[in-house]
Amino acid sequence: MSEFVPKPARPAPITEIGAIGWARKNLFSSIPNTVITLLTAYVLWSVLVPFLGWAFVNADWVGSSRADCTSGGACWVFISVRFNLFMYGFYPEDSYWRPNLAFILLIGFLIWLSIPRIPFKKLGAILALTVYPVLAYVLLYGGFGLEVIPTHRWGGLMLTLVLALIGIVVAIPIGVVLALGRRSEMPVIRMVCVIFIEFWRGVPLITILFMASVMLPLFFVGGTDADKLMRALIGIVMFQSAYMAEVVRGGLQALSKGQFEGADALGLSYWQKMFLVVLPQAMKIMIPGIVNTLISLFKDTSLIVIIGLLDILGMVRQALADPAWLGYPAEGYLFVAFMFWIFCFSMSRYSIYLENKLNTGHKR
Amino acid sequence: MTQETGNIITLKNVNKWYGEFHVLKDINLDVKMGEKIVICGPSGSGKSTMIRCINHLEEHQEGDIIVDGVILNNDLKNIGQIRKEVGMVFQHFNLFPHLTVLQNCTLAPIWVKKMPQKEAEKIAMKFLERVKIPDQANKFPGQLSGGQQQRVAIARSLCMNPRVMLFDEPTSALDPEMIKEVLDVMVELAGEGMTMLCVTHEMGFAKKVADRVIFMDAGQIIEENDPESFFNNPQSERTKLFLSQVLGH
Amino acid sequence: MCWSLRFCWAFLAVYGADYIMNPNNRNGLSRLFYNPTARSLFFQALILGLLLYFVMTIVGNVMTNLNQRGISTGFGFLSQPAGFGISQTLIEYNETFTFGRTFFVGLLNTLLVSFLGVIAATFLGVVVGISRISPNWLLRKISMVYVEILRNIPLLLQIFFWYYVVLQTLPRPRDSLSFGESIFINIRGVFVPKPVPDAGFSFYIALLVAAVVAVVALTIWAKRRMRDTGQQFPVFWTSIAILFGTAVIGFFITGRPIMLDYPELRGLNFRGGITILPELIALWFALTIYTSTYIGEIVRSGIESVSHGQTEACRALGLNEGHRMKLVILPQAMRVMIPPMTSQYLNLTKNSSLATAIGYPDLVSVFAGTTLNQTGQAIEIISMTMLVYLTISLLVSAFMNWFNRRVALVER
Repeated sequence: MSEFVPKPARPAPITEIGAIGWARKNLFSSIPNTVITLLTAYVLWSVLVPFLGWAFVNADWVGSSRADCTSGGACWVFISVRFNLFMYGFYPEDSYWRPNLAFILLIGFLIWLSIPRIPFKKLGAILALTVYPVLAYVLLYGGFGLEVIPTHRWGGLMLTLVLALIGIVVAIPIGVVLALGRRSEMPVIRMVCVIFIEFWRGVPLITILFMASVMLPLFFVGGTDADKLMRALIGIVMFQSAYMAEVVRGGLQALSKGQFEGADALGLSYWQKMFLVVLPQAMKIMIPGIVNTLISLFKDTSLIVIIGLLDILGMVRQALADPAWLGYPAEGYLFVAFMFWIFCFSMSRYSIYLENKLNTGHKR
Repeated sequence: MTQETGNIITLKNVNKWYGEFHVLKDINLDVKMGEKIVICGPSGSGKSTMIRCINHLEEHQEGDIIVDGVILNNDLKNIGQIRKEVGMVFQHFNLFPHLTVLQNCTLAPIWVKKMPQKEAEKIAMKFLERVKIPDQANKFPGQLSGGQQQRVAIARSLCMNPRVMLFDEPTSALDPEMIKEVLDVMVELAGEGMTMLCVTHEMGFAKKVADRVIFMDAGQIIEENDPESFFNNPQSERTKLFLSQVLGH
Repeated sequence: MCWSLRFCWAFLAVYGADYIMNPNNRNGLSRLFYNPTARSLFFQALILGLLLYFVMTIVGNVMTNLNQRGISTGFGFLSQPAGFGISQTLIEYNETFTFGRTFFVGLLNTLLVSFLGVIAATFLGVVVGISRISPNWLLRKISMVYVEILRNIPLLLQIFFWYYVVLQTLPRPRDSLSFGESIFINIRGVFVPKPVPDAGFSFYIALLVAAVVAVVALTIWAKRRMRDTGQQFPVFWTSIAILFGTAVIGFFITGRPIMLDYPELRGLNFRGGITILPELIALWFALTIYTSTYIGEIVRSGIESVSHGQTEACRALGLNEGHRMKLVILPQAMRVMIPPMTSQYLNLTKNSSLATAIGYPDLVSVFAGTTLNQTGQAIEIISMTMLVYLTISLLVSAFMNWFNRRVALVER
């Protein structure tokens, strides 16, 4: 019997590896594929080159008035001149440090809570949900020795962030209560919750905002001068809590029946079962859903323009109507689009990261 | 409330339906303090349903269930009382994956029995030692093998100091070599005089520890006897058939 | 106020329940409290009572406020003349028609843009979804960039972009882009010829119906023949040939039964033909593109949800690419895709209400906008508007429940 000698491995043929192999496989694997590649490349070229030329190569970046926009490309001067307005609205300039500080604190908390390696998550969450809102309110609105800045002066990106964050933070507890109510065995409570959830989910946000701005004042005796921002916020929270309730419901459904039974068999009461066993697990499953809801809420806040609040989109539209700067809608809208995109895209990446982590965690 | 010699569980003419389907038909059963009962039968015969009725995970519609002198109706106080007295081990363990092994064991003592945390942890460690996994106390259930998880589940139930333990097919989700480690714990528990009701297909276990074996089919108790007579001299044809299939290979 | 009350109830429910469930708080009444039926009745009565009180308070406040402001109530305004014009009306309408009529004009405009949007978004979405899993790297990456960019920019902003940036670059009416002197595009919109039925039109329609019947019959025949003999027939291409042929040949045989009313430049604008408003175009484009990113992802994940093993099994059985898609992959993918697709269609319909931002005369813009401003009857008008969307939502979710049940049955 001859001894087994393994054959030495040979390098793969050139068509399989390296740049050529890659291109053959991914771009020119067949005739239709080659046609698609060439066609796409042509379209890409004919769109991208003029756009890049306009937006970067031929653009004007510095200056103070439209007279500085001479090169024929994009006039980013329009943005840089009004940048502060777009960020803070009519918030007094000498108090910009207040929203800045609030924002930096927010980022700090977000880093603390979203990066798994940093410890004391629970403490962070408790601080972020109790101390931070009070602190942010005082910083933004005033009191305790700080000058009061009424909400009608708030605007720009700051207002967008305020609306989205308050909306989501208030909507989560309401959503949890609604979702639990929807699973309740008491028919009246279940009905009330179902009607509430389906009503707000069934109508467009814009009608809710109209309702908040024209109908809501009629609901209170003499309360017609309620803050406009407050009214919009009430509408957004109602809308959002209905969507949140569905996210929570999904989280509850993902738990196996055994968890409920295990808690029952140990003799835990309904609320002990919910708070000690069910919700802590459901919350983890729900986080990607909550982030996705936050993304859509963040995009939806732009609708408040229609009832006359000036978020970042509103501020830009107001600037576009300024006779001194007529004719730069492309720059204005692209800037807003870019700002929204940065926030939404990074949040969606984070949510995908969480989902992947959750999936691998389950398999183990 | 109950004398040590009396019945700790009594089922009298218990009937239960799932919608139209009649799952339990006139079940009568008395369990004495310290008795070990093994319940077997083909799947769908109602054996799990019966023991799940005893701690009200399922609701029966007719008849009486009396546990330790407390009658089980839908009075929440009685349900709470009975669940404190009755421990349960599930087929799929039902451990809480977000809590460590130790936290799983102390959850109910702390929240239901209002026990101080220190004391609850001491008791938990005692039982974890009894099921031979004290070193895993700070791990999460997901990090343990199936057999270890099931032993944690047993320890979790024992921490409530129950007078009765219910086992709902505790080994049927486990690999063969893990079955032994769980059964060993159960045999030891039986040796200490715990009252046990066990739904299982482990006939070796039944022969070794059971005081009585109950055979169920189609929602009825067909036969009950001491293990020796049950295995060597079954009374009904149905039992014979079942035993020949279970012991046949 | 409204939500703070809601909070109160929630807290009441939480602490009330725990208090009662706690055996340390036993007293004489506790027997009743431990009875779950009594307890649940008590809570439900409590919630119902609070809810009723809340609603009554609001109704009372509303009545007081309306009286103070001298705003009339009721739906009488629906039969009063509207007195304003609407730029796009699918049914006959002018200033002398009633406010009630404006409701239907707006509703039809909403339905029109939603319908167009659903069709185009589905088409574009399927293209995007299939591109996302194309073997071609370039196409795959580009469609990914398309989805990731356009999905993360608010729809309202996209509408503004199409309306104020892209469409504003179109020429004035005088310098319209013209296609064969019959279609004109300018800043005021797109002008296309309007087909007007002429003599022999009913005959032509009858011919078309006959062609459709023939196609149906052909399909049935081909299916039967395939079942009995195993022979296949190219039904799809034959059907297209029959339909297209009948439409063209029949048109000349019946003596050109359709006249075209061409748009013509008169003074500053075009007259005649059909005008497609720029607002409609901007809204339609934005809705289509925004929704197509979501539909693309649904299509992609639907196809990917069918396991790779299915594809391999088909190859092993020798089914070709087309049959594999048609007979194995799509039927399975559809089941996953249809529920989220439907909810995207619903979203599109609701999103069409953003029309109001650029003045496309949809339901919200016409009825909850102009009509509301003219009459001041906010309660009635907002309620009616919301009711329309609610009805659509409920119909769609009823359909979805039906569909899910059917699919669930198929699975067993």
